[in-house]
Amino acid sequence: MRKVRMTLSILTMTLVTLTAMSCKDGKKDGERAPMSNEMHQDEGHNHEGSEKMMTNNSGNNATNAIIDNYLQIKNALVADDQEAAAKAGGNLFGDFKNFDKSSYSSEEKQELTDIIEDAKEHAEHISESPIEHQREHFDILSKDVIDMIAITGTDMKLYQDFCPMYNDNKGAQWLSATKEIKNPYFGSKMMKCGEIQREIN
Amino acid sequence: MRIIKIILLILLVAFVAIQFIPASRNISDTVPKTDFMEVNKVPATIQNKLQMSCYDCHSNNTDYPWYNKIQPAAWFLEDHIKEGKDELNFNEWGDYSARRKNSKLRSIISQIEDDKMPLDSYTIIHRDARLSETDQKEIIKYMNLLKNSL
Repeated sequence: MRKVRMTLSILTMTLVTLTAMSCKDGKKDGERAPMSNEMHQDEGHNHEGSEKMMTNNSGNNATNAIIDNYLQIKNALVADDQEAAAKAGGNLFGDFKNFDKSSYSSEEKQELTDIIEDAKEHAEHISESPIEHQREHFDILSKDVIDMIAITGTDMKLYQDFCPMYNDNKGAQWLSATKEIKNPYFGSKMMKCGEIQREIN
Repeated sequence: MRIIKIILLILLVAFVAIQFIPASRNISDTVPKTDFMEVNKVPATIQNKLQMSCYDCHSNNTDYPWYNKIQPAAWFLEDHIKEGKDELNFNEWGDYSARRKNSKLRSIISQIEDDKMPLDSYTIIHRDARLSETDQKEIIKYMNLLKNSL
């Protein structure tokens, strides 16, 4: 009897260990949801969120929602705020997922599909990564959003900025709604690094 | 004491029962034309390293370890492989657009630079999948070349 009990307990221990191992992944999914509900936007950093234009053109709503969440990520990175960037990244992922391409030509649709597939991945990674990785993904995401706007257009006033130092001096672009340079790639380390490349609208 | 015995018995039965739930296995004996190695001219040394260190989770063919048939370990593996392939599938490289190739290469480089890939939980069992510093440098150099040629 004693032997049986011992065999059983060994088996149970094995089972418990294995189950615990398989649980790891399940938990990770839960943590993926953005962690903070506060936006930390009121800390005197940047108030671009409030500067967003009222949209009266319904065709542009989806694009503007994307730009809006993109700018929120940008502001969070300027403020070195990983949590706020993650939250906005999650929202941006949803915006891309729900983007309606039906009003575009087939060629544009194809290009948009490509851009959105890529951008979705970057938004998702931003929603779950440490800040340095968020910045890497933001670099490529910026390119995607710039290319997207070239197709969809927007009625928002935007500045396309360029930081020559990021990514081992290869440089990186970003979009901003304000003229003043506030660098999302270096944050407080090098806030003023960068120049305006062009103005949109 | 009786209750414990019953619980243990139930657990044992459950453990045995889950062994009969079929698990999907990531095995394919053909290498598609879209494979990374087919699309690009990859030096043999780098081919070997990628095959050894990346392809188990980032292609359609996994070289399974012995415990792959025991549940729930098999589920754990299946989950990992699915996630890995969603992120990057070397077998489908040719199907990625230039934009996505660029993104993937950037991620490959960054993951290797930061020692994030291959995963520690993987290399602890697959010792030969570990990348030495020289391996890392070689792969990064090659991926950078590829990225600049896009």
